Amino acid sequence: MSPDRLVYMANQIGKFFEYQKANEVVPGIANHIRKFWDPRMRKAIFDYLDQGGEGLDPPVRKALERLKGEAEGKHRKDALPESSFQGT
Amino acid sequence: MSLIQDIDYGTPASKAERQVTLTIDGVSVTVPEGTSIMRAAMEVGNQIPKLCATDMLDSFGSCRLCLIEIEGRNGTPASCTTPVAEGMIVKTQTERLKQLRKGVMELYISEHPLDCLTCSANGDCELQDMAGAVGLRDVRYGYDGQRHPNPGIDASNPYFTYEPSKCIVCSRCVRACEEVQGTFALTIAGRGFDSVVSPSQEQPFFDSECVSCGACVQACPTATLNEKSVIDIGTPSRAIVTTCAYCGVGCTFKAEMRGDELVRMVPYKDGKANRGHSCVKGRFAYGYATHKDRILNPMIREKITDPWREVSWEEAISYAASEFKRIQAKYGKSSIGGITSSRCTNEETFLVQKLIRAGFGNNNVDTCARVCHSPTGYGLKTTYGTSAGTQDFDSVEESDVIMIIGANPTDGHPVFASRMKKRLREGAKLIILDPRRIDLVRTPHIEADYHLPLRPGTNVAVVTSLAHVIVTEGLVNEQFVRERCDWDEFQDWAEFVAQERHSPEAVEKLSGVPADLIRGAARLYANGGNGAIYYGLGVTEHSQGSTTVMAIANLAMATGNIGRRGVGVNPLRGQNNVQGSCDMGSFPHEVSGYRHVSEDTTRTMFETLWGRPLDEEPGLRIPNMMDAALDGSFKGIYIQGEDILQSDPNTQHMAAGLAAMECVVVQDLFLIETANYAHVFLPGSTFLEKNGTFTNAERRIQMVRKVMAPKNGYEDWEITCMLSNALGYPMHYDHPSQIMDEVAELTPTFAGVSFKKLDELGSVQWPCNEKAPEGTPIMHMNGFVRGKGKFVITEYVATDEKTGPRFPLLLTTGRILSQYNVGAQTRRTANVVWHEEDRLEIHPHDAEQRGVRDGDWIKLSSRAGETTLRALITERVAPGVVYTTFHHPGTQVNVVTTEFSDWATNCPEYKVTAVQVMPSNGPTEWQEEYEELTRQSRRIAEPLVAAE
Repeated sequence: MSPDRLVYMANQIGKFFEYQKANEVVPGIANHIRKFWDPRMRKAIFDYLDQGGEGLDPPVRKALERLKGEAEGKHRKDALPESSFQGT
Repeated sequence: MSLIQDIDYGTPASKAERQVTLTIDGVSVTVPEGTSIMRAAMEVGNQIPKLCATDMLDSFGSCRLCLIEIEGRNGTPASCTTPVAEGMIVKTQTERLKQLRKGVMELYISEHPLDCLTCSANGDCELQDMAGAVGLRDVRYGYDGQRHPNPGIDASNPYFTYEPSKCIVCSRCVRACEEVQGTFALTIAGRGFDSVVSPSQEQPFFDSECVSCGACVQACPTATLNEKSVIDIGTPSRAIVTTCAYCGVGCTFKAEMRGDELVRMVPYKDGKANRGHSCVKGRFAYGYATHKDRILNPMIREKITDPWREVSWEEAISYAASEFKRIQAKYGKSSIGGITSSRCTNEETFLVQKLIRAGFGNNNVDTCARVCHSPTGYGLKTTYGTSAGTQDFDSVEESDVIMIIGANPTDGHPVFASRMKKRLREGAKLIILDPRRIDLVRTPHIEADYHLPLRPGTNVAVVTSLAHVIVTEGLVNEQFVRERCDWDEFQDWAEFVAQERHSPEAVEKLSGVPADLIRGAARLYANGGNGAIYYGLGVTEHSQGSTTVMAIANLAMATGNIGRRGVGVNPLRGQNNVQGSCDMGSFPHEVSGYRHVSEDTTRTMFETLWGRPLDEEPGLRIPNMMDAALDGSFKGIYIQGEDILQSDPNTQHMAAGLAAMECVVVQDLFLIETANYAHVFLPGSTFLEKNGTFTNAERRIQMVRKVMAPKNGYEDWEITCMLSNALGYPMHYDHPSQIMDEVAELTPTFAGVSFKKLDELGSVQWPCNEKAPEGTPIMHMNGFVRGKGKFVITEYVATDEKTGPRFPLLLTTGRILSQYNVGAQTRRTANVVWHEEDRLEIHPHDAEQRGVRDGDWIKLSSRAGETTLRALITERVAPGVVYTTFHHPGTQVNVVTTEFSDWATNCPEYKVTAVQVMPSNGPTEWQEEYEELTRQSRRIAEPLVAAE
């Protein structure tokens, strides 16, 4: 998976949630990526994050760090507040 | 089985609530006030002779055959134009009436050619029937007076003939064109004996404004307008009611047969989506089902450079299964996936996703809604709680203001467009947001009150600006919002949209829409009564597609235009079963009924019934599948009824992705473009050859009924079962009704759906369950499905697809009336006479600057690629904007479109591509290479002859 494309997609998601309520921004981004991205896409962007994550917008980076922590067992999945954005 | 004869009540039903009782021929009848005497009589089975009357049309009173006597009144009024009255006593058969009717019939017959035995309508002619009904035994005026000089037959239309000498000038065709279709292409030219039906200015049908919907042919009581198929084959002998396989309107048709040959498709009056109307595709364009290009035998090849080799079903299925197993063994469980078809039935779609989730063991399933209405699912589920439109089509009859955003209903959803036009002629107001001047902006008897010709890519800005006007001018329906919506979220939203940067004056600068138009449209929508929004792919196919859907949902909530008849938010779905394929769980993150794969309770329910563990992680979407293929982690795909190579964006990327896979299995009617990269071809069946259901844009589930045996040997669901069995995941169904039973068991919104119920009711709209056993025509009547309606902040984010010196124009794409999607079906019918090629619409100013003349070949280039096609100079597009269709693989316009996509769903941004247009001398290098690839790829090896 090309990191450039994944970074672009993640930042696009971020640009939507950035304008929502402050407490929705990071959970919104994280939940969206968790809900809709195939595990190999998430792994690819976590790897990119490990390499510095250049180009990731700040709230997106935060959301990805949170998700990565979940994947590595550092955080519980339900520790992140549920997003009110329940679109499918 | 026999022909299905619809009862013709002569005049339309009255919608009045007050009932009136009268006596007709001694029988007491109670009917709604406003009903005609003709209809009241028919209600009790008393058919009054008639010629100019039919219940699809308003009464006309011209043939003078339906005369009656009313006690206490003078004369013999026409029963079609005389309304019932309380206590009225009517006689339909007296000596005087008999004589009058015979006299009228004598005049008709004296002017009509009496070639009944060789007439194509013999046995299906109302004139013939009425001559019998009135007891005509003699014609005092002789039989030589053919009224019209015989100008011959107009056979210019590919599907029907016009034979003026057989015309009785009842005007049914003219009225059908006006009242039912709303095109006004026909009129009666001349006077007295010279009266004749005239298409446009006495032109041949083909050259006229006729759109070939067939309403005139259906209305004609004689053989004046007659299907060529009836002339060729003869009259049908049996009929089966089924559902059209073209657009998301979901018209019901009677497939009229003789033997196993389809004679004609006749729109079914009891069809709740189409109410007896049709368009050129559903009515006539079914010839693809028997086209010589259809592939009827399974084929395999090791490499895509090899010619195809016809094999047995067993060998093809076994080969596909062994390849999928090999790939999974080598590259892992997630290395394969599949695509369900929005052209196939719910049952077939359900099985494909079941095969992938339970058989393949992953969630790598997606569907063509990815590239059309996936943002609708996201946007409406987020705001209202349900991934579907809110209304039934009948609702438009109660709309006062209709707002159309990014849709072209007269081309894309023509039968619903006709119903919409009827309401507009009755006085409803019209607002259109579209970069192009679509037909509805100005068409006979209709003119949009506001046309907002926005710059492509600025939907969110303009819709948010409409909200700005509604909020800042105090037009919010506060009572509705307080009762039905989250008030805190509303306040945040209201504060957001009220910001000056969202004012029409500010938005004019980026959208190009004059501020006064935005203000006027917003006021009209908020103040004009029942406001209904209809939208299409011009909303969804953008990088902010989901955001626009939510902005639309916000507008409807703020004005209280949701939860009752006449209002609502209505996505016009593209393909026949897009709604159904989504409902059936075709997306990689959710199972049927829009439940996420990570929900433990849901997954457990499926696992218990299916006997296999399901993956709790979402799978790959179509564009991600191609990325993963190029990345080496996705190696095999099963594609049922979808031509992703032609329909998806950035064709070269798509081609590279497919070429990188080790096993591509295509199940389709034809060797479609995607099949150029396939290793296994499984021939599919048409909608005429299978049983099942489709779900249309109004959530209406309707029966698809088999009218002939599958020419390929199997219905598509049977092929999926065979593949699944070969893969070691047993699937056994005797009939698709059992698959629907399984859907109902697993899906709360479908809990009450069964083939038995559909046979009884004709159709149902989901949710259909214990709470709503006969379905749900209007959603959110007593509150939103999600609880409180959610207002969402919709910040405008400009697309990254920018114009500049290299690519100064904006390309937007769409479709045309006569063609459908990638054209695989319609290009194999006579519909090609209306659209032989894709053309690029370009404004005269832009054309002149580039030295392009109408009809010239031009090169259309973007950052993604380039293609050539011919120019069509027109002011329908604004300066700076060009437009084309995507129906022809020779053009491959998706070579030009980019991979920018909706932030939430990855729905491609087809509607905004920065391009340049230059004169051209011939096809591009890519087109030449692709043509050669296609030629090579479609080679089928001669079967080997066994040695003696």
